[in-house]
Amino acid sequence: MGIYLPIAEMSVNVFVLLAMGAAVGFLSGMFGVGGGFLITPLLIFYNIPPAIAVATGANQVIASSFSGALAHVKRGTLDFKLGTMLLIGGIAGSTVGAYVFALLRSIGQLDLFISLLYVALLGTVGGLMMVESVNALRRTSSGAAPTMKKSGQHNWIHKLPLKMRFRTSKLFVSVIPVLGLGAAIGFLAAIMGVGGGFIMVPALIYLLKVPTNVVVGTSLFQIIFVAAYTTLVHATANQTVDVVLAFVLMVGGVAGAQYGAKAGQKLRGEQLRALLAALVLAVALRLAFDLFVRPANLYSLTALGGI
Amino acid sequence: MALRRIVTACLACLLLAGGAEAQEQNPENIEIGLSTDRVSITSDFAGADLTIFGAIDNPDPLISRQGRYDIIVVLEGPARPVVVRRKGRVLGMWINTRSETFLNVPISYSVSTTRAFQDMTTPTSYKQLSLGPANIYMEPENKRANPVTIQEFTEALRDRKQATGLYNERIGGVQFLSQNLFRATVELAPNVPVGTHKARAFLFRNGVFIKETSAQLAILKAGFEQSIFLASRDYGFLYGVFAVLLAMLTGWLGRLIFRKD
Repeated sequence: MGIYLPIAEMSVNVFVLLAMGAAVGFLSGMFGVGGGFLITPLLIFYNIPPAIAVATGANQVIASSFSGALAHVKRGTLDFKLGTMLLIGGIAGSTVGAYVFALLRSIGQLDLFISLLYVALLGTVGGLMMVESVNALRRTSSGAAPTMKKSGQHNWIHKLPLKMRFRTSKLFVSVIPVLGLGAAIGFLAAIMGVGGGFIMVPALIYLLKVPTNVVVGTSLFQIIFVAAYTTLVHATANQTVDVVLAFVLMVGGVAGAQYGAKAGQKLRGEQLRALLAALVLAVALRLAFDLFVRPANLYSLTALGGI
Repeated sequence: MALRRIVTACLACLLLAGGAEAQEQNPENIEIGLSTDRVSITSDFAGADLTIFGAIDNPDPLISRQGRYDIIVVLEGPARPVVVRRKGRVLGMWINTRSETFLNVPISYSVSTTRAFQDMTTPTSYKQLSLGPANIYMEPENKRANPVTIQEFTEALRDRKQATGLYNERIGGVQFLSQNLFRATVELAPNVPVGTHKARAFLFRNGVFIKETSAQLAILKAGFEQSIFLASRDYGFLYGVFAVLLAMLTGWLGRLIFRKD
């Protein structure tokens, strides 16, 4: 069944969009990533103009993160205090990021920079997570207790001042690394046009040692706001948010997010981390493939004086 | 669900009157008519066939009987400047390296013909008329650029446009209903641009170009789609707020409906 998109000015198949939204929503609910790094490339692959794909992707991410976050609130696996601290840092970071984005665009080759950043970040994060989680899985199967926090394994982060207690996360750390992490992720998110969940989740797990089940809900909470901010900026500055497209994706997405959150509950922390690592690595490989393998068609068209 | 829109022209009466006093030396003429000057795109639009009716004035009965009249009907979309970029290999990576800008490139270009292109007239003639997806003239912005480069980028531009379905041709899409009257079916792609389109008809006799005529057609978004489009242009911030609230509402409803715990 075809549906006409008023902003993208083209007709697309509703069921393809619903399936796309559902698949990304499932992963979103399961891993606590917004899915922006998945939905945007999928839309571009489906011939939606890139500017519209980026802005509309952000809009759809709000819905699935909101839906997923509600499920975590119910289960008590959302740390509002930690999420708010990350968000404060995040807004500062993304404001600086938006400025750097404009600067890079004026120099040219922004696309290349973004692709390289994606490949480097996703590759590193995915690789490290994969190694760690596979080791953890091996330890568990050989009978050892699967502990993230080994006794006496306090790193430099725990020596910083201004300590704050985060009850839900069972954490007592300095607020400085929390704000710093939020800012760094906000900065990257603004440049790459994503919510930053795929960096946030591993960073919370490995740097701050937040329990995996709390990480997912807290990350989703923070993503809602980042994605809402991105949507507003794009709607105001570029008029590239297609609500019809976003709505169809959302309907699939929110359904998927609930099933995903349920599926995520059944998995153990290290299994969840291994699966997320595999997903992140797959996306990194896909992007690297585009960058390093001769494309089927060397030419591309860009219309001027329009979208 | 192919939405079929018939745009009719009732030129028959007119023609019969004109034909009665036709003289041998009178040159042929071609006319097309559209019963409507606008086509609206609704939410279920998934591409469409557009039918254009037309007629030949003063046809030579002999030529007509031998089927040596040929007609090409073109529906040309609004024109825009287009940048064609070519990827090259730099440090092992494929990135955009070279580009050429072309002025006034029609966004869409649908052709319908009586017969295959090579059977109607000569390649030179197509080139002179800038007729057909393979021959349409693309004006480069940089007039002093290397002609070989321009040729390469022009071909890439046509090829990309044909790949996305925006440039298409329908061989045999023009059919004679009688000696004078013909019907042409052109294809509107699902991503057909909105704006003013130009329908043009070309008449050939024994492979020689005789006459051209044209008519205008506006393709517009209908009610709901148009309202959304205008809202996004005129009230960007409010539109954004609406999009965010809609997303949250959908997320909340989705949670209620699909709850799994």
